[in-house]
Amino acid sequence: MRAALLAEYRKLVSTRLWWLLLIVMIGYLVFVSAAVSASFVFVPEGSEAVLAGKDAAQATYSLVNGIGYVFPLVIGSLAMTTEFRHKTITQSLLAEPDRTRFLAAKLLSVLPIGLVAGVLGVAATVAGGAPLLQIQGDGAYLSDGDVVTGLVLGVVVVALWAVIGVAFGSVLSNQVAAIVVILAFTQFVEPVARIALAQVDSLAGLASYLPGGAADSLIGASFLGSAGGDTDLLPRWAAALVLVGYAVVFAVIGRLTTLRRDVG
Amino acid sequence: MSAPSLAIDGLTKQFGAVRAVDDLTFTVRPGAVTGFLGPNGAGKTTTLRMLLGLTRPSAGRALVGDREYAAHGRPGRVVGAALEASSFHPGRTGLAHLEVFAPQVGVARPRCRQVLEAVGLGHAAKQRVGRYSLGMRQRLGLATALLADPPVIVLDEPTNGLDPEGIVWIRRLLRQFADEGRTVLVSSHLLREVEASVDDVVIIAQGRLRHASPLADLRTRATPSAYVVAARPDGLVALAADRGWTTTPDGEGILVDGATAADVGAAAYGAGLELHELVRRDVDLEAVFFELTRPEDRPVEARR
Repeated sequence: MRAALLAEYRKLVSTRLWWLLLIVMIGYLVFVSAAVSASFVFVPEGSEAVLAGKDAAQATYSLVNGIGYVFPLVIGSLAMTTEFRHKTITQSLLAEPDRTRFLAAKLLSVLPIGLVAGVLGVAATVAGGAPLLQIQGDGAYLSDGDVVTGLVLGVVVVALWAVIGVAFGSVLSNQVAAIVVILAFTQFVEPVARIALAQVDSLAGLASYLPGGAADSLIGASFLGSAGGDTDLLPRWAAALVLVGYAVVFAVIGRLTTLRRDVG
Repeated sequence: MSAPSLAIDGLTKQFGAVRAVDDLTFTVRPGAVTGFLGPNGAGKTTTLRMLLGLTRPSAGRALVGDREYAAHGRPGRVVGAALEASSFHPGRTGLAHLEVFAPQVGVARPRCRQVLEAVGLGHAAKQRVGRYSLGMRQRLGLATALLADPPVIVLDEPTNGLDPEGIVWIRRLLRQFADEGRTVLVSSHLLREVEASVDDVVIIAQGRLRHASPLADLRTRATPSAYVVAARPDGLVALAADRGWTTTPDGEGILVDGATAADVGAAAYGAGLELHELVRRDVDLEAVFFELTRPEDRPVEARR
């Protein structure tokens, strides 16, 4: 397993795409969190701020998940789908014919890059959001225990997204299709579903079982929730289970479909 | 080096309605180069993929030594395989490609550089594979196969895309591997490509075994033949019958099977027969190969 892990890790770091994606992620998160913090602190005369104080800070910092999760998902899915796109799966399975071990190594191998992406993503969100909150708003709350916990869990969540991305790539091994589905789901389907579910009382609880909702629950704050009203976040332990559950379910499906088939 | 042999036993692969490989049985011995031959689409690559655990057989099995490929602890140390020249990540350098697989075949990084030098890619080590020519990819595939210095070497169409110099180089390399006692299996759709370097041939067509023997045995099927126009055809036919050659009328001349043009010329000269034309019409190895792989239901014997 050690050899398989090392091989998978070397595959990742010997290509360029992941760090290009990280650069884009940083720029995007700095911009969006600055814009969102501005909407909290610059309130027109006579109207009330959507969120203020610590809530505003937490909602802003949660953007690393709410907006940023598409990046680790794509990075993770690329790690798997590139094997099929460039047919390197043949050589990979020659070196490691145990396909379960191959998949497990691939899932775990993205953790280091996922954590790096998490640290950079959280840093970018804080760098974009904190200044306005501090200068114009009620403060950045960067020494508040709850906020710091949220930031640390933000790093964990990003790393988990990378693992889920690999698992998803094993289900949908066509690279273009995987990216299109991830973009559509994260940018449109899930946000709309979460807002829609939040409007129906009996279904409101379901929203936090969606992947993005579970991740917000783990962080303990939700930008979409504060904007759309679904504040029924799961307890942290349950949220972690739900996220890991997505990775496991996708990985099992991938193992029984894509990785069961003949290669070549 | 004591290398395991390969045993293909009743191997069959059904893709929907198509039987790509049909009850194939043959063995590949160590210390020799075995040419695995057949036209494109004959089932060669599917067979190799089943041998290497990439494709599951519908029936039968393929063994490397005493067990299947995937049942070896570290199969990459036992079998070095190069299947297709296109399966590299274009963004990875040649050296990085080898370094990816180094841990799994249990070699250290310096070995990667060494193998790359050995296949003549030392200068392109830091170049991305996307910029490699087809020939360079073939060499990189070979380097991947040789990474662990394995006792068994399996190459699928290794001469594709190589320049003539590269083809000569690979022939010499195959020879050397066999002389070192390794088991070497090389597929090709052209007998001519590997004729100079193989000891044994396994010929398949339409998924079925058509012929398996040492190359020398196949050579005996190649018959000399000559086309003759004689002033007195009946004299020549009598002469040929006397020597045990068979004759067939062919246009204004006669086709003599079993004799080279030189044989016919010498015999005619000795008998005082006047010849107007004498042309070589040998059935060469390539023709035998084409006969063997003709798309028909049953194997066809080469013309004798």
